[in-house]
Amino acid sequence: MSNRKPGTLLGRFLALPVDSTPKTIFVAVTLCLFCSMIVAFAAVNLRPIQSYNKALDKKINILQVAGLYKDGIDIESVFKAFEAKIVDMKTGKFTNAVDVKNFDDRKASKDPKMSSLLVDDPASIGRKPNFTTVYLLKKEDGSLDKIILPVYGYGLWSTLYGFIALEENGNDIFGLQFYEHAETPGLGAEVDNPRWKAQWKGKKLRDDQGNLMIQVAKVAKEKQYHIDALAGATLTSNGVDNLVKFWMGESGFALFISNLKAGTV
Amino acid sequence: MSQTKKALLVDPLVDNNPITLQVLGICSALAVTSSLQVALVMSIAVVAVTGFSSMSISCLRNYIPSSIRIIVQMVIIASLVILVDQILKAFAFGISKTLSVFVGLIITNCIVMGRAEAFAMKNPPLASFLDGVGNGLGYGLLLMLVGVVRELFGAGTLFGITILESVNNGGWYVPNGLLLLPPSAFFIIGLLIWVARTWKPAQVEEREFKIQVLEEH
Repeated sequence: MSNRKPGTLLGRFLALPVDSTPKTIFVAVTLCLFCSMIVAFAAVNLRPIQSYNKALDKKINILQVAGLYKDGIDIESVFKAFEAKIVDMKTGKFTNAVDVKNFDDRKASKDPKMSSLLVDDPASIGRKPNFTTVYLLKKEDGSLDKIILPVYGYGLWSTLYGFIALEENGNDIFGLQFYEHAETPGLGAEVDNPRWKAQWKGKKLRDDQGNLMIQVAKVAKEKQYHIDALAGATLTSNGVDNLVKFWMGESGFALFISNLKAGTV
Repeated sequence: MSQTKKALLVDPLVDNNPITLQVLGICSALAVTSSLQVALVMSIAVVAVTGFSSMSISCLRNYIPSSIRIIVQMVIIASLVILVDQILKAFAFGISKTLSVFVGLIITNCIVMGRAEAFAMKNPPLASFLDGVGNGLGYGLLLMLVGVVRELFGAGTLFGITILESVNNGGWYVPNGLLLLPPSAFFIIGLLIWVARTWKPAQVEEREFKIQVLEEH
């Protein structure tokens, strides 16, 4: 293979058979370095386009949950009807403590400075963010039309990220939609099924006494509050149940919703 | 020479199809054939991965120590699959969401490993590339055939364009929901194997054993 003199270190290395230990290690290390460089190069260079796609996908999902999405619309211009605001989860009021344009909900929910540890944690999210971005859809006369609140929690395999849209009274659900999850295709992933999602429309969060009644139930007895669970996906259904109750409950957006109703946000 | 190169590309389509003859890559064929668009993107991804992985492995074949050859093949295949996944996420976000884990699972697709081990380790780069592309195309062809049947009769559409107006949209066609579920692909692939082996009896495998006829006393 080589006509170098077998005196130098390099010459002796090249003269070794392919199956020798030094050459095996050399091939393994070189190949791994080379492949990791290619993968890293692609990942870093394509990231801006990928994050733009993700942001666009989130906007599409907000439009869908608010019932505004149709094929071929200009997403950016329709999205202008929404007003993004930051809610302080402790006071349930709007805040200017962080800039809404650059605020990254996902990052903040993991940042110890921007979130607090949860003791009672039915949605298995670990930390509760101090600030959350909510989207308000305004009617043409400027009055409130729909409230879009982010919700997330653990299902079977993954954290489900989604939005819940409430009517202006803060109690009637307009829709629920997840934009990111990794549940079992065909079973848990049926949370994306339009027929299942259609059940959420018109359901009420609370009864007249103010008790949280919304539930994903195996036997949906009370048509006003109960959503039929997904067949074959008990753990995903439980996850959705927990996360909706958590975010709509006292530790979630309950304070904000009542402030919004009283006009004291 | 050009005749054999053409054969490398064309043979895996029917005569030596990786799915119908070698019965490889069934798992992903069940998962991604419920709509044609997804099946097409998956086919293109597999063609690219088998082609380029066979070519790179063939280039390195004289330097790969036999003790770690499978791992070396896996590293090359895995890198290419990640590359394809990243490109899909950047340029076809919607489809990459539908394909979800199945792009990653190309790594474990037996066809890719099979061609690397059986062909690319012993043949020059160009021939290996053609062989990889040919086998990818053979896989893709089957995927598209299954996809046509499943999408047309399961949803009444082809590439999302309505062909048979379904009852839900005020038409006459009652979609067969079973065809949208993975098990239906099993039946369709089984029928296709039957068709292929009736058409080309040479593909019928020899029996592994025969039932012994009792000898007369």
